[in-house]
Amino acid sequence: MQQTHDISPEQIERDKLYREMGLSDQEFDMVKDIMKRLPNFTETGIFSVMWSEHCSYKTSKPLLRKFPTKAPHVLQGPGEGAGIIDIGDNQAVVFKVESHNHPSAVEPYQGAATGVGGIIRDVFSMGARPIASMNSLRFGNLTNDRTKYLFSEVVGGIAGYGNCVGVPTVGGEVQFDDSYEDNPLVNAMCVGLINHDEIQKGIAAGIGNTILYAGPPTGRDGIHGATFASDDLGEDAAKDRPAVQVGDPFMEKLLIEACLEVIHSDALVGMQDMGAAGLTSSASEMASKAGTGLEMNLDLVPQREQNMTAYEMMLSESQERMLLCVKRGREQEIIDIFEKYGLKAVPVGEVIEEKVFRIKHHGEVVADIPVDSLADDAPVYHMPSQEAAYFKEFQQMENSIPQVGNHKEMLRTLLQQPTIASKEWVYDQYDSMVQTNTVVTPGSDSAVVRIKGRDKALAITTDCNSRYIYLDPETGGKIAVAEAARNIVCSGARPLGLTDGLNFGNPTNPEVFWQMEKTVEGMSQACEVLETPVISGNVSLYNQSKGKSIFPTPVVGMVGLHESLEHITPSHFQTSGDAIYLIGDTEAEFGGSELQNVINGKYEGKAPKIDLNIEVTRQKHLLDAIQSGLVESAHDLSEGGLAVALAESVFTNKGLGVNVKLTGEATVALFSETQSRFLVTVKEENKASFENKLSDAKQIGFVTDDGMLNVVVDDETIIQDDVKQLENLWRGAIPCLLKSKA
Amino acid sequence: MKFAVVVFPGSNCDRDMYHAVKEVLQTEADLVWYANSNLENYDGILIPGGFSYGDYLRSGAVAATSDVMKQIKEQAAKGKPVLGVCNGFQILTEAGLLPGALMRNKELSFMCHQEELIVQNEITPFTSGYDKGEVVRFPIAHGEGNYYCDEETLAELKANNQIVFTYKNNLNGSIENIAGIINKEGNVLGMMPHPERAVEKLLGSDDGLRLFKSMVQNWRDTYAANA
Amino acid sequence: MRKVTVYITLKQGVLDPQGKAIQESLNSLGYNEIEDARVGKYIELKVEDGPNLEARVTEMCDKLLANPVIEDYRFDVEEAEGL
Repeated sequence: MQQTHDISPEQIERDKLYREMGLSDQEFDMVKDIMKRLPNFTETGIFSVMWSEHCSYKTSKPLLRKFPTKAPHVLQGPGEGAGIIDIGDNQAVVFKVESHNHPSAVEPYQGAATGVGGIIRDVFSMGARPIASMNSLRFGNLTNDRTKYLFSEVVGGIAGYGNCVGVPTVGGEVQFDDSYEDNPLVNAMCVGLINHDEIQKGIAAGIGNTILYAGPPTGRDGIHGATFASDDLGEDAAKDRPAVQVGDPFMEKLLIEACLEVIHSDALVGMQDMGAAGLTSSASEMASKAGTGLEMNLDLVPQREQNMTAYEMMLSESQERMLLCVKRGREQEIIDIFEKYGLKAVPVGEVIEEKVFRIKHHGEVVADIPVDSLADDAPVYHMPSQEAAYFKEFQQMENSIPQVGNHKEMLRTLLQQPTIASKEWVYDQYDSMVQTNTVVTPGSDSAVVRIKGRDKALAITTDCNSRYIYLDPETGGKIAVAEAARNIVCSGARPLGLTDGLNFGNPTNPEVFWQMEKTVEGMSQACEVLETPVISGNVSLYNQSKGKSIFPTPVVGMVGLHESLEHITPSHFQTSGDAIYLIGDTEAEFGGSELQNVINGKYEGKAPKIDLNIEVTRQKHLLDAIQSGLVESAHDLSEGGLAVALAESVFTNKGLGVNVKLTGEATVALFSETQSRFLVTVKEENKASFENKLSDAKQIGFVTDDGMLNVVVDDETIIQDDVKQLENLWRGAIPCLLKSKA
Repeated sequence: MKFAVVVFPGSNCDRDMYHAVKEVLQTEADLVWYANSNLENYDGILIPGGFSYGDYLRSGAVAATSDVMKQIKEQAAKGKPVLGVCNGFQILTEAGLLPGALMRNKELSFMCHQEELIVQNEITPFTSGYDKGEVVRFPIAHGEGNYYCDEETLAELKANNQIVFTYKNNLNGSIENIAGIINKEGNVLGMMPHPERAVEKLLGSDDGLRLFKSMVQNWRDTYAANA
Repeated sequence: MRKVTVYITLKQGVLDPQGKAIQESLNSLGYNEIEDARVGKYIELKVEDGPNLEARVTEMCDKLLANPVIEDYRFDVEEAEGL
């Protein structure tokens, strides 16, 4: 890049240099109108990052408005660092999911690590102690060497950062599909716990108050990361390496402790982390939200490198930095707290009455922008939308039953599919137990984290079956929310709300925008019916490689509340002799199923249908049965259908087996992915009461102690297999794929 | 008995250790920030796990050079019990209070799950509540728990009965399956597995509670004997 | 100003799993001539010149930079240019 101070405003306009920063011609004209003059280089950079999709949601905003975001228990909806939900006893839960897809594609270890760091900062900047992390990952096919590298490094980065910072990574999900081959998805979620009176906001209020910069000095890391995240990954993505930031989890740990001490000082007015677009977004948003202006002197900003320009400092995405607004005259109290942790906090500016964002450097004003224009005047685009051609074709296809020769062998094959196989290789690398609250560790439908000193716990899950959403975005969107809620309910908790990580392809493609539209519609309907408002979220667009968009992947991060520790329910079978129930009927639905992928090598046809009213009724009845103490274990049926769920249920408690009798067509009974179904075990003495509560539950067999999986369909033995052998295949699949050479 | 839980920058199991002794065991305990601390008035010192100083350079190396370590050495020399868990164990070896070193796990990756341990030495102030040869379940969570020492040191550890815990399944590559060792004097224990994460059945195991109970019991016995 | 470069390696005889992984990885890429790989640390220090420089650096290595139980070290001292 040229020396930025040599570039005149006229040159920016004449040579259309703003385009390189990501502004369109039309957007540049809007900037000129707002400024009533030509913007200089620094100002152009500030507009370009603030108006990037990552910061402004300019293409997704019209869709996001459809999400239900309000409910009596929602204390903070979308708009702040993270959303907040009341859980009683003056306590609240704070959570958000965020994507770090593009940085992870280029430098997977640091990309994933800084993704974790960023979302943790979003949570503690609200004043909450981060108590759990989760993640949702998507990669290409694990037989590909590059995919193996990306997968190993992303997991390593999450572990490296999360373990050091002392927030347990309690679970998550990983799926593998070709559509993510060059564009993996790394969505990190963080959950925090807060008392109502400790909630902070990112505001710069009170004219004359001081703006403090806290954390390590600013370097040239990740400049234009926000625009980078909003761009497609070109063939030469590797050349963009300087745009990737490096994380320092040790620094973050100190920052957490310092910030959580600072919130107890009444000298603090507001606090926000410097995430995407660094100083620019944090400072301008804090002023904008408070209805004030802000003046900052860049000479006071701690700098790690020499001769940094204003442009570089304003756009740097150096990690682990916070911006605070502090009452004038009381700065030292706050500075002392940071100092205790070996951190620097320095005054860099002040809150002003004039609603402008004014930046000084070397005694000159280098930027002077109406502050609200950055957040509020960003363009909003209503993109053209067109039903995807493939969708019509898929809808006309009949629900056919794939030909399965040997069901026993097919179950073995399915258990080794990376999307179904045990993820122990992944989560064993995460410290899932630090903070000593993790009751249900990774590998179950939901993780469960107890709240110390109270008879309650939180259930946390991330979920999204993108194959269904690709086939039918609206139905798939409903399923994504419903399945997350199922996970929460199976653990014995009541769903409270969700955060969404919307990952899509290029929105300028009308078919991709149609996918977005329909997905959000489906999700919104499910949120309404299931009473799970959206309280925070993130949008990541332009996820594509070699011209093909990824499967639409709206990751749902959901949190639920166990009203008593007694309600915590495992997903695996407990005791020999327990009755096994299947809740819900099964139909021939194989569109987007794991079986379809194994047999046809592609996904096509109709997604499984879902009736949200049946879904919510069943979930409520099941939760009621669990809370009444009638249920020993509960597991939802997902990829691979009933057969996979049965097998998974006997892998945890050694020596267990199952004896199950089913009716109908064997392939349908075993492998169909019909929605809204649950696998539940019940003690003999509770059967009558359980059946009373769940009229659509049918007993299909018993848990045994012979270590065998026996399935009879219409009086014919279809599967008779050794559980230990199945378990070995399931556990060994991912390590085996990683070790094998392509 | 009053415990000091020493907190270094980057410690992250400090609050867990505190919860175990203060809230579960209900003994007296303080979180003691490493700087300007005074350990004189405590009866036992707990060095928790985590990533002190980010584990930069070598895990535990920077914390081992801090001023508070001098105090810990003084208190240990007086015979007070000192327990280092995970990063605390790494700090104790780096500081020379325990022999050997902890290297990267042989498979190189971090590991976190419940592990079975065998109690090898039940006549220490930390393990008197266990039986010799008893198998207990403690969580492990470390990337550098591969215990190493030279043959001479190992012979000495064995001769003095200093090996306190061993792994039933040795996943990290430690010499002789070593999970925890004690100093010759018998009052400084370092171990990679986390007893403080195993004090409540709700979280999977309460086998670790007896370790802290043993410490308290032995302190009481000694105190009563001296009184 | 002097530039001191400290090289720290694992002692011979101490298992080096990282080195082993590197060796195996290089072998699998077809570099069959690799018989062994050892991983170490490289630390650059910018030091004000003074008496007993080498003795003091030795002390620094013994006290902090290397762990004598598992590591060996050596160092070079040169004029600090372009550091």
